[in-house]
Amino acid sequence: MYVAVKGGETAINNAHRLLADRRRGDRSVPAMHLEQIVEQLGLAVDRIMSEGSLYDCELAALAFKQARGDMIEAIFLLRAYRTTLPRFGYSNPVDTNRMHIERRISATYKDLPGGQLLGPTFDYTHRLLDPALMGSQDVETPVTKQAAEQSTPRVSQLLTQEGLIESDGDLPDDHQTGDLTREPMEFPMARDVRLQALSRGDEGFLLALGYSTQRGFGRSHPFVGEIRIGEVDVEIDIPELGFAINLGRIRVTECQMVTQFQGSAKSPPQFTRGYGLVFGQSERKAMAMSLVDRSLRARELGEDLTAPAQDEEFVISHADNVQATGFVEHLKLPHYVDFQAELDLVRRMRSEFEAAQERDGNAGEDLEAAE
Amino acid sequence: MNTHGELATYNFAYLDEQTKRMIRRAILKAIAIPGYQVPFASREMPMPYGWGTGGVQVTAAVIGPDDTLKVIDQGADDTTNAVSIRAFFQKVTNVAVTTSTRQATIIQTRHRIPEEQLGENQILVYQVPIPEPLRFLEPRETETRKMHALEEYGLMHVKLYEDIARNGHIATTYAYPVKVEGRYVMDPSPTPKFDNPKMHMSQALQLFGAGREKRIYAIPPYTEVVSLDFEDHPFEVQTFKDPCALCAATGVYLDEVILDDKGSRMFVCSDTDHCENRRNEGHHGHLSGQALEAQQ
Repeated sequence: MYVAVKGGETAINNAHRLLADRRRGDRSVPAMHLEQIVEQLGLAVDRIMSEGSLYDCELAALAFKQARGDMIEAIFLLRAYRTTLPRFGYSNPVDTNRMHIERRISATYKDLPGGQLLGPTFDYTHRLLDPALMGSQDVETPVTKQAAEQSTPRVSQLLTQEGLIESDGDLPDDHQTGDLTREPMEFPMARDVRLQALSRGDEGFLLALGYSTQRGFGRSHPFVGEIRIGEVDVEIDIPELGFAINLGRIRVTECQMVTQFQGSAKSPPQFTRGYGLVFGQSERKAMAMSLVDRSLRARELGEDLTAPAQDEEFVISHADNVQATGFVEHLKLPHYVDFQAELDLVRRMRSEFEAAQERDGNAGEDLEAAE
Repeated sequence: MNTHGELATYNFAYLDEQTKRMIRRAILKAIAIPGYQVPFASREMPMPYGWGTGGVQVTAAVIGPDDTLKVIDQGADDTTNAVSIRAFFQKVTNVAVTTSTRQATIIQTRHRIPEEQLGENQILVYQVPIPEPLRFLEPRETETRKMHALEEYGLMHVKLYEDIARNGHIATTYAYPVKVEGRYVMDPSPTPKFDNPKMHMSQALQLFGAGREKRIYAIPPYTEVVSLDFEDHPFEVQTFKDPCALCAATGVYLDEVILDDKGSRMFVCSDTDHCENRRNEGHHGHLSGQALEAQQ
């Protein structure tokens, strides 16, 4: 009987139907609304927007629901939608000095202009399961402070005044910001493109790499100069108008890691910086990103390249979880043509091996007989 | 919160026209430099990386409303991923699709080249996972690009030589490297080496798309494609002891199908269209329906 797979089309349709059923689950439980996901699972939505490179809470929530809560699948859905959108232009750089800050902390100064502001953080919660959350209890209204009207200077700017930290750096006036999603990647990368790749890179991968630098694989002695979370204005220049117009606000997390630097032939001893900027509230990702950014600057600063986190081609080529998951998971596609070729080869080599053993065995017996 | 009435209306063949133009430029460059890997700004596609996104983008860039599309995976039209990709193009282009190699103007393939000889009016689009033939000898893109530029292929010959020294023959059975028009060493995608000779002087245009790795390369029609070998160890393709159990074809690539848990197996054509045509023409293997009925 010929048993090879037939009826792939029916199988696929039935699989999709079953998937839809499992996604919905028990019909007696109310279906989730996107608003509930946006409002109550906001950090999941933030991560999807950040690694999906598309700022749209509702679409991210839809992707999350459609993916049954699978983060990478949701990120993939959002990316595949994003890629079909026309590109109108590029916004001006967002000014995080003028951020409407909800959280802002520095680990390097006890107090500083603008103050420390804890904001909505898990940091000092005790990780005890809260039975109250099993029901729907009323929640107190939060205590908030009137947001400061003036801009809050970044810690890096405070250090710059003394010349102890590298400055923001300049790009030539005619520098066109790279676009990872529109140009093929090339190594070595300019830092703007590298930062884009890190910003949409997998949180877990960057976390592990950042962690590895702390444990001695490319140690960089980091301090959190500052983390700030809040909303920033996005502006775009319209050539016909001659001035920038405001497109709206997005929530971002920015992290500036300050690292000690002994100096090298290329640069004087000073503090150097690693930078992290991601959509939404995603402190872990922004911190990991800034560690990895700093560590990837090893070549630029003339440091020894010894650790995986310093290897740009290794880090950037493997940071994208949509690419990684696709290629890992493609192994479940049929490979029987190649496997057939390998089977044939192994059988052949095996019979040659056995023939050789037999020959050697016979030779050994002859030898013994001769003795 | 925004209200999204309708998510999106997709362009013909999914990609927007600017993207298609970008990909066509890459294809033209690839045709102009046979075997050279042209970097292109690969897009996220609605199927995962590693599942044919490169081939899909190439097909989407070259397909027109009058084309007839065939999609195969492992030589078969009915494998799940081939079904899925064919359904995708039906949805976004509404072109005619076929399983007939002869009728197709574009054939997208994974892991096989059809047995039937292709003609000048046809394009064969390969899905490529790792476009770089030197990748497993040198993991760095910066290095391998240099090696191609300097035509420094010694490492590859050393690898093949080591195979011979160790095993007495070259131990590469698929994705067997070729040299194109005497210049670039190229990965033919993971097709069995059995298919390599079909690439040589092919009348059809052969396009290769690697989406995740963001590379496109090409073999124009009537181009010399030589599988790497040594004078005393010439390139050889796989041979099969028995003909196809269904259509009795010889000199074709066969899949091994396990029939029971006692180790019985049969060998059948991997190219399902070829096998069907032969059976329609009256050829019968020893396990085909007719042959079995005759036995009873």
